[in-house]
Amino acid sequence: METKSQTAIKGKSQQAVRMTGADALVKSLQNEGTKILFGYPGGAIMPVYDALYSVQDELHHVLVRHEQGAVHAAQGFARVTGEVGVAIVTSGPGATNAVTGIADAMIDSTPLVVISGQVGSSLLGTDAFQETDVVGVTQPITKWNYQVKKAEDIPYAIARAFYIARSGRPGPVLIDITKDAQFASFDYIYEPVTYIRSYKPIPEVDPAQIEAATQLINLAKKPLALVGQGVILGNAEKELLAFLDKSGIPAAWTLLGLSAMPSDYPQNVGMLGMHGNYGPNIKTNEADLIIAIGMRFDDRVTGDLKAYATNAKVIHLEIDDAEINKNVHADVPILGNVKESLPMLTQKISANKHDAWLQEFRACDRIEYDRIINEELAPSKPGLTMGEVVHKISNAFNDDAIMVTDVGQHQMMGSRYFKFKQSRSVVTSGGLGTMGFGLPAANGAKLGAPDRPVCLFVGDGGFQMTIQELGTIFQTKIPVKIVLLNNNFLGMVRQWQELFFDSRYASTELINPDFQIIAKGYHIEALKVTERENLEDAIQKMVNHEGAFLLEVIVEKEGNVFPMVPSGASVSDIRLE
Amino acid sequence: MRMKQEFTLTIFSENQVGLLNQITNVFTRRSLNIESLTTSESAIAGIHKFTIVVFSTREEIDKVAKQIEKRIDVIKAFVLTDEDIIHQEIALYKVPTKTLLNGNEIEKLVRQYGARILEITEEYTVIEKTGHKHETQELFEKMDQYGVVQFTRSGRIAITKLKAELLDNYLRKMEMGKKILN
Ligand SMILES: Cc1ncc(C[n+]2csc(CCOP(=O)(O)OP(=O)(O)O)c2C)c(N)n1
Repeated sequence: METKSQTAIKGKSQQAVRMTGADALVKSLQNEGTKILFGYPGGAIMPVYDALYSVQDELHHVLVRHEQGAVHAAQGFARVTGEVGVAIVTSGPGATNAVTGIADAMIDSTPLVVISGQVGSSLLGTDAFQETDVVGVTQPITKWNYQVKKAEDIPYAIARAFYIARSGRPGPVLIDITKDAQFASFDYIYEPVTYIRSYKPIPEVDPAQIEAATQLINLAKKPLALVGQGVILGNAEKELLAFLDKSGIPAAWTLLGLSAMPSDYPQNVGMLGMHGNYGPNIKTNEADLIIAIGMRFDDRVTGDLKAYATNAKVIHLEIDDAEINKNVHADVPILGNVKESLPMLTQKISANKHDAWLQEFRACDRIEYDRIINEELAPSKPGLTMGEVVHKISNAFNDDAIMVTDVGQHQMMGSRYFKFKQSRSVVTSGGLGTMGFGLPAANGAKLGAPDRPVCLFVGDGGFQMTIQELGTIFQTKIPVKIVLLNNNFLGMVRQWQELFFDSRYASTELINPDFQIIAKGYHIEALKVTERENLEDAIQKMVNHEGAFLLEVIVEKEGNVFPMVPSGASVSDIRLE
Repeated sequence: MRMKQEFTLTIFSENQVGLLNQITNVFTRRSLNIESLTTSESAIAGIHKFTIVVFSTREEIDKVAKQIEKRIDVIKAFVLTDEDIIHQEIALYKVPTKTLLNGNEIEKLVRQYGARILEITEEYTVIEKTGHKHETQELFEKMDQYGVVQFTRSGRIAITKLKAELLDNYLRKMEMGKKILN
């Protein structure tokens, strides 16, 4: 880091103001456009909290109930706004509690700046009270991290943190600040960072690769586009549709690619992966060309790599060079931001239609409806299914709410049956699959998108992992809609036990508390539905209610999510039952 | 392509605390053994250089290099094979001085292997040899017949056969990109 001298030279034009490191941190955050941050105080970060106290009107600090909640909330905020989410925690246990969220943000490419307090620099390395080597602990799960030991390094560290977090493939950055650096005074000057010589966030698109890809696309008989979160992160939704419109190519989305195009876009053929749709999975091995757009061939998408895309050439549009050829060999890699590369492709390719090929996907849809979807959405049995609840709620919100999920069966049901009209409408933990993500992420999402309804689907297991965040909802008055799909089981694990472990339900049945009373304790409106006839009415009450709402629906205890590509199997071996 | 062979990775980075950890982590995650590792300041002031020798497949080492390069403070990682580089290791051998006095076998080996004597005391003699690992190893085995009491070998250092320094070109490109940006 070429800190002090560089800042000094650059700053000459500006007027320096003398202030403490803590004030400088707050000012730096404001200089980066931060208006809201999520955190929890403690000894090693108290000077910063004192500085925050003076700017309460401009910089809203949301007091969470656990540091994991702070980071997940910052993630929810970042995912719906596209801005950098900010979380702030104290040293030691405060920082270690933040680790799960940081890891989640890393694997799902979410831009975050996490600030942790640290013991005084003279105590570093002495096993002082609440000293943890946070920089060491978070090194593999941050895009970049740094320990600040001098007040005058704070502005540059923060400027660099924001630049790194939001540029290129986004990710979490952690800045650890010793307590003495927060107290010390210095002459403050702020200069944003726009260049780091060892870091190239966006590779240039190589026209030769565009040329090569164009030839493959023009010749392909059965091309399939795989749409990932890269489209959303690159704000390339329009560019995607232009490409798909002109090429006529069917497009499937990954879990994190959900809402990158409208659900009812005519060429949208559904979701890839383990619990995705039948068509896009089975057709992956019939396609003669795969065009991967801002996705990373996660193993939950590919299944057995040896039996994946067996008949296809692969074009991979990707911003991160380390993803090229990591899991799937790319015949034509196109490095760069898809916002730039897609229009270059669209311009070169010939206009085309793939109606017959698209019809093959629709035929698969009919099979999936017959075998799975019809029964899930309009069950013949008395027990409520997760699918019908999700479907009705999506409708009640005009298919235009932000869906947040926790992790498990309800997550897959939400992803399968919720519908989207606009981008950035999904917040879910994809790569890490973090139970407990949902409730705090929904809080952050609602604060990031106050004008849109935010609806959380959560299981009775995951709800209890961060249930304390109901306190944040109550104190901060966050009007989120919580839909608790209660099956009294760790449903997803139970499903695996049923299918692969002889129905031996080892430690998956839950004896639950009365969630209605818990909601009441936090002064949150709540309803519980056990019968189908009461469902729609309850949903309407939730939709019409002004504030936060908990809708608990008792669903079938042993419902399963299908289709399913069993772990390690080929996408061709997708099971319908 | 799937055959394992020896690769030399040269990595250039900013001189930043904790970078070694960041680099070795990439190997640890993939359970790849590091055969040798040398690190020092490079010819360019402020830029650090790591030279790492690994047995791996071409496919895997390319992925490793990209994952290392992805770290923000890493400037560039180059994957090199034996054909691309001239490399050396240095070895030190300590033998009791009396074994030298008992005959001229050791001195013969020193001459034959292009080694040299660094220091002689009444008790011990230290011999130095620079070369490839198999050469320093061979000398060790030969001398050990007469009793080597200590033997140590450094990691590899390497220099490319190319005319221009790989990094120079890269840095120049980056700086040019910056000018266009601003
Ligand atoms: C922190 C964490 N621990 C364990 C798991 C493993 N796991 C994945 S899904 C699941 C069950 C989730 O149960 P519940 O929250 O009730 O949701 P359901 O599947 O019933 O919809 C478990 C335990 C996980 N993903 N995250």
